[in-house]
Amino acid sequence: MKGDILFKDATLVDARGKHGIADVLIGEGRILSLFGGEAKRTIEAKGLYLSPGFLDLHTHLREPGQEVKEDLQSGLEAAVRGGYTDVVSMPNTSPVVDRAEAVRALKEKSARIGFARLHPAAALTQGQEGQLLCEARALREAGAVLLSDDGRTNEDAGVLALGLRYAASWGLPVAVHAEDAGLRRGGVMHEGEVSWRLGLPGNPAYAETARIARDLEVVRYVWEGLGVRPQGETLLHIQHLSTKRGLELVRQAKREGLPVSTEVTPHHLTLTEAHLEGLDPLYKVAPPLRTKADVEALLEGLLEGSIDCVATDHAPHTEDEKALDLLRAPFGIPSLEVAWPLLYTKLVEERGFPLPTLVARFSSDPRRILGLPPIHLEEGAEASLVLWNPSQKRSVDPRGFASKAKYSPWAGWTLLGWPVLTLVEGRVVWEADF
Amino acid sequence: MSEPSPPSFPKHLLDFKDWNRAQLESLLETAQMMQEVLARPVKKVPALSGFTVATVFFEPSTRTRISFELAARRMSADVVSFVSSASSTVKGETHRDTLRTLDQMGIDAYILRTDAAGVPHQAHRWLRKPVINAGDGWRAHPTQALLDAFTLRERLGSLEGKKIAIVGDILHSRVARSNAELLPMLGACVVACGPSTLLPGHLPGVRLTTNLREALEEADAVMALRLQKERMDRGLLPSLPEYIAGYQITEARLAWAKPEAPLLHPGPMNRDVEIEGTLADSPRSLVERQVANGQAVRMAVLYHVLVGKR
Amino acid sequence: MTFKSRILNADEVRRALTRIAHEVIERNKGTQRLCFVGIHTRGISLAKRLVELVERFEGQRVPMGILDITLYRDDLTEIGLQPRVRETRIPFDLNGKAVVLVDDVLYTGRTARAALDALIDQGRPNRIYLAVLVDRGHRELPIRADFVGKNLPTSRSEVVKVKTVEDDGEDAVELWEMEEK
Repeated sequence: MKGDILFKDATLVDARGKHGIADVLIGEGRILSLFGGEAKRTIEAKGLYLSPGFLDLHTHLREPGQEVKEDLQSGLEAAVRGGYTDVVSMPNTSPVVDRAEAVRALKEKSARIGFARLHPAAALTQGQEGQLLCEARALREAGAVLLSDDGRTNEDAGVLALGLRYAASWGLPVAVHAEDAGLRRGGVMHEGEVSWRLGLPGNPAYAETARIARDLEVVRYVWEGLGVRPQGETLLHIQHLSTKRGLELVRQAKREGLPVSTEVTPHHLTLTEAHLEGLDPLYKVAPPLRTKADVEALLEGLLEGSIDCVATDHAPHTEDEKALDLLRAPFGIPSLEVAWPLLYTKLVEERGFPLPTLVARFSSDPRRILGLPPIHLEEGAEASLVLWNPSQKRSVDPRGFASKAKYSPWAGWTLLGWPVLTLVEGRVVWEADF
Repeated sequence: MSEPSPPSFPKHLLDFKDWNRAQLESLLETAQMMQEVLARPVKKVPALSGFTVATVFFEPSTRTRISFELAARRMSADVVSFVSSASSTVKGETHRDTLRTLDQMGIDAYILRTDAAGVPHQAHRWLRKPVINAGDGWRAHPTQALLDAFTLRERLGSLEGKKIAIVGDILHSRVARSNAELLPMLGACVVACGPSTLLPGHLPGVRLTTNLREALEEADAVMALRLQKERMDRGLLPSLPEYIAGYQITEARLAWAKPEAPLLHPGPMNRDVEIEGTLADSPRSLVERQVANGQAVRMAVLYHVLVGKR
Repeated sequence: MTFKSRILNADEVRRALTRIAHEVIERNKGTQRLCFVGIHTRGISLAKRLVELVERFEGQRVPMGILDITLYRDDLTEIGLQPRVRETRIPFDLNGKAVVLVDDVLYTGRTARAALDALIDQGRPNRIYLAVLVDRGHRELPIRADFVGKNLPTSRSEVVKVKTVEDDGEDAVELWEMEEK
């Protein structure tokens, strides 16, 4: 058997477990064999781990219209450097991605660029204005995988119910930024002892939990009247869950069999409100960084699967924008290039989180939400993979990011697990010097 | 010139986090010395000759700026002044651009006022020069708290064990927060009182209450805060008469406090809103004394933050 | 710092001050318009003694003030340490007075220079004299003392310590050597 690439002595880790060492032969965009073979290029992978490529359900690539913050070229390169082979881009660009032509344009341009594969999310409502529904059928046909008014909140429950129902008929899940605008007011950080002491406008946990509670009731209402199962199991996807109480609500809903899913971001798993003590807008994000108790609960939820997956909510802005004051700086933390090493180090290495579970939360679980099959490391599997180094330490240096957002709340953190090579359908789309 | 040197001082005054009691006591003593300078026919000393300080006010506040600038000039510092409105900042130049531009002109220290919390901290990170916070958002206004403490000590002596009531919009008040930080460091007990929509859920070291009588009873001094009219627009208070009926400091209510308890207000005062008009002009009121003391306190702050650079 | 020698003992300090008090009275032709201003810290104690001696000799108590020269130092932009600002209190009108500035040691002359500025900011005396217990030389400014208790040639590495009962529990003048750095 002749292939393109041979990973020699790679350790295989996928959602099912850690499978020991194999010589993985890649060709025709697939895994040809786990027992070696002849290849044009042999990569010595001793001590390195090979895993399914990651899928990010929640990325802001800012194109079209905000290329000063990020564009497809920089964002998709950042993705593959982070081990992501697939990213879902949010539609809150300018203009908003709410028409099939816009989706098609993104698909075509991203295909020319290479790097990670782009799966655009489109708006649920026209212009993300929360009133008139978008053409879900046409959007789906053009390649949209998800509908969301992310960047805005869905204030009108009636519109959300209609949107869920209509999207379901075309097999598209709807993702929501679950925060109640009225309770959130002008909050720039978690409301609590720290915000009261610092004198910063607070965004209470209840802005999130009240909205999740409402949205779950809307799903229940829609689900009871719908009767057809959505293709990807999920009707409603709750983005960036950040609170312990929110998790309890989702857990309960799942127990009752509601078709809902949720995600957690790397920052909500590793940072807390205490990081705002230094009054640096770098840590300004929505929903805000919460308490230690919330972080612990989210970890638990991720472990047990109540939280389906990790999604970055990679939200790049210019350095100048993030150097505005805390009231005016935009919300968002960029994390495509650190998400995996960060969580591998903090969760697996330091907390004993099972590695295959974390791999699942980065790959097969988000794929499931989109109705995509998992990639298992076996003969015939799609060769969209990441090779990473579990033992090499490196500190986070944002100046080296491919993303245009060259800053990071984790700058200077020493992490393990850095990706060294990313394959998309058998092609090497990025490799580090190693 | 071989005297034992006093404690060294932080080269910034962002809030009181990096200050300890000994440093604060020492600073208030220096302010006392500055009072003597201000009582002279020639109200000027050469101490800061050769230093240039910039007052950078991204939020206008004429009184505070004049107080700082006079303080600096009385110490013989050169003063430059930059005033802009928040709106012009949004349009183009950011705080960082403005500060970096000024920094090219050899400024030794910055006196900063902003409508957003944290800008003095950001400036301190960007410039690595002494920064004095002249008020940042709802967060801190340390020189106001220092002049309040100075004025209180002038009247009450040591603040050890003294009960100070702060009344009004605690939630949105940098004055309340800085006093809540400073006064307990000087031994005082602080009770903060207001309607619950204007109270934080918690403030370390401070007792919170919505009951005005409870706040004023046994109080050694009462401080009323300015009520911003915009609180009504944002629905935090139903109306001004409601506030006045519930929380205005009147002659009758001040009688709940200790007999001689003085009344303070950081200014500018809404007459007949926070304080009954006649009371504001009575001997109980220390409002004018606060303004006068402001200069001496700011001279002391400039001295401690600027001198002894290394 | 290491101790080298005792230059004056309590009796010698007392005699030096007595002599200065006599000289002041003689130079001023009595106590008319006379006043003393002591410079922090030991200059204040010495000024108090001189006021008492003058009273004893002339039966007249002359006014006395205290002066802190910190805010008039010429090195505040340079130094690393931050001197404490202490009290200045001149509870009488300086205009037209004959002021005797009192300090413990005259060295570079910079303290005296600062004291002159500080004094002139407070009023317009007719005459200012300078009285010191020890003049150790090494002037950096054109300043001289009118009344000197003891002229003491020193090297720059030496430190002259004036002790007073009020501040140190005894009256003495000592010579110390600075540690090699």
